Amino acid sequence: MNFFKRTIPLIIAFIMGIMMAFQYYVPHEASQSLLKVVTRWGITIAGFAVFIGAYSLFHLHWNKIKRKVPGWGYSTFVFFGAGITIIFGLYNGGEFFLHDKQEGTMFDWMYFNVQVPAGATMFSILAFFMASAAYRTFRARTSEATILLIAAVIVMLGRVPVGALIWEFLPPIADWIMSVPNMAAKRGILIGVSIGAIATSLRIIFGIERAYLGGGD
Amino acid sequence: MERLLKIDRRIIFVFVAAAVTIPLLIKFDLPVIATKEVRGIYDKIDSLSEGSHVLIAFDYDPASKEELQPMAIALLHHCFKNNIKVIGMTLNPGGTGLADSAITEVGNEYGRKYKEDYVFLGYKTGVELVMINMGENIYSAFPKDFKGNATTDMPALKDVQSLQDFDFVVDLASGSSIEAWIAFGKEKYNFDLGAGCTAVIGPDMYPFLQSKQIEGLMSGLKGAAEYETLINRKSSAVAGMSPQSVVHVLVVFFVIFGNTLYFMTRRKK
Repeated sequence: MNFFKRTIPLIIAFIMGIMMAFQYYVPHEASQSLLKVVTRWGITIAGFAVFIGAYSLFHLHWNKIKRKVPGWGYSTFVFFGAGITIIFGLYNGGEFFLHDKQEGTMFDWMYFNVQVPAGATMFSILAFFMASAAYRTFRARTSEATILLIAAVIVMLGRVPVGALIWEFLPPIADWIMSVPNMAAKRGILIGVSIGAIATSLRIIFGIERAYLGGGD
Repeated sequence: MERLLKIDRRIIFVFVAAAVTIPLLIKFDLPVIATKEVRGIYDKIDSLSEGSHVLIAFDYDPASKEELQPMAIALLHHCFKNNIKVIGMTLNPGGTGLADSAITEVGNEYGRKYKEDYVFLGYKTGVELVMINMGENIYSAFPKDFKGNATTDMPALKDVQSLQDFDFVVDLASGSSIEAWIAFGKEKYNFDLGAGCTAVIGPDMYPFLQSKQIEGLMSGLKGAAEYETLINRKSSAVAGMSPQSVVHVLVVFFVIFGNTLYFMTRRKK
């Protein structure tokens, strides 16, 4: 069993990793055809991830309901919401799921009248919590925190139209903060993350990193 | 003073609610000046000839609608006004409805015909894989559009075989798709790319602006408002600038007031 669970996935990861890394530098027609086939395979495999995601979500919330953990009542809404959406999605305005998506169905109504306002509301609530956090916790306790606070105030005012009315130099200073210190820091982070990603990829290709196989090995 | 510092957060919420609603009720205009980042996208679209192909990736879902949908609508107005063929797609499963409604509504406003002047390809899972597949052959990635029509021989896609054939690609993103479009799309298949994103993501995009990996950037509702100003069609984004400005001023006031109280109490102790 270890051969199927460990050795075969490691061999596949090694062959595909090496092959696709070299493929990038080979502009031959056969190389391009291989890329097309592999990406189509990838898209198909990624499509199946939805089943794993749905199973994981339902399993988690089913256990919450079964164990009656605090707030278990909210978990029932996961089944309620997902159930209704799936039913209307499959019903497809009476044409059922084997036909192309119909327009003006109950599924569309739920999207525009439930998902869109609910999603926007969730995101909007952030403004309230940010204002509360700004008042209660954003303190100039150290010199670093003071620099951050001053930069935040300048950027917050300089990035909205009222900033120019308060002081005409606020927008250019805010732009400078974004284009120079912010960009330098972001670029440093980006280079670090990219080097880390390359190192992790090499570890996976050569079978050193095996966490993706599961089992904590 | 201690009591003021430990004020009930619901009082702060009331202030924020008032700062949002009052400017919406008492309307006042604030000057919106386009930055060079937003102008980069505008100038690129303006430079395209009639019949050019622009791909718009609506990579966002309803949670980011308030920031990104006005951007999408402003871009669509500019494209349709200039007689540019628009190809829409999304890599976010929650984005199909918003993308379809935006592209159809603006297309109808200009009397453009579906399949001839614009098309919405719909959603495809796989993100980077979809980009690479589109870079090799767009019909392989999207054999059918969102409505189930075959994409081959579609007039709107005439002369388009892969990503390289698009005159401009714009990604409107609420996640990390812009980086993916740069790494797996632009750098590999060599096309001009513009980006629109939520204000939170905006600062992350500056390295790509300086390296000219993106032609321009619209960041948050302000970016959308700047684009609306450039196309001379002020709409929801420009209207949103008044409440956003007032809330920003309120938050700055909270920060300064909170710190003043904090230092005064510390000195007393």
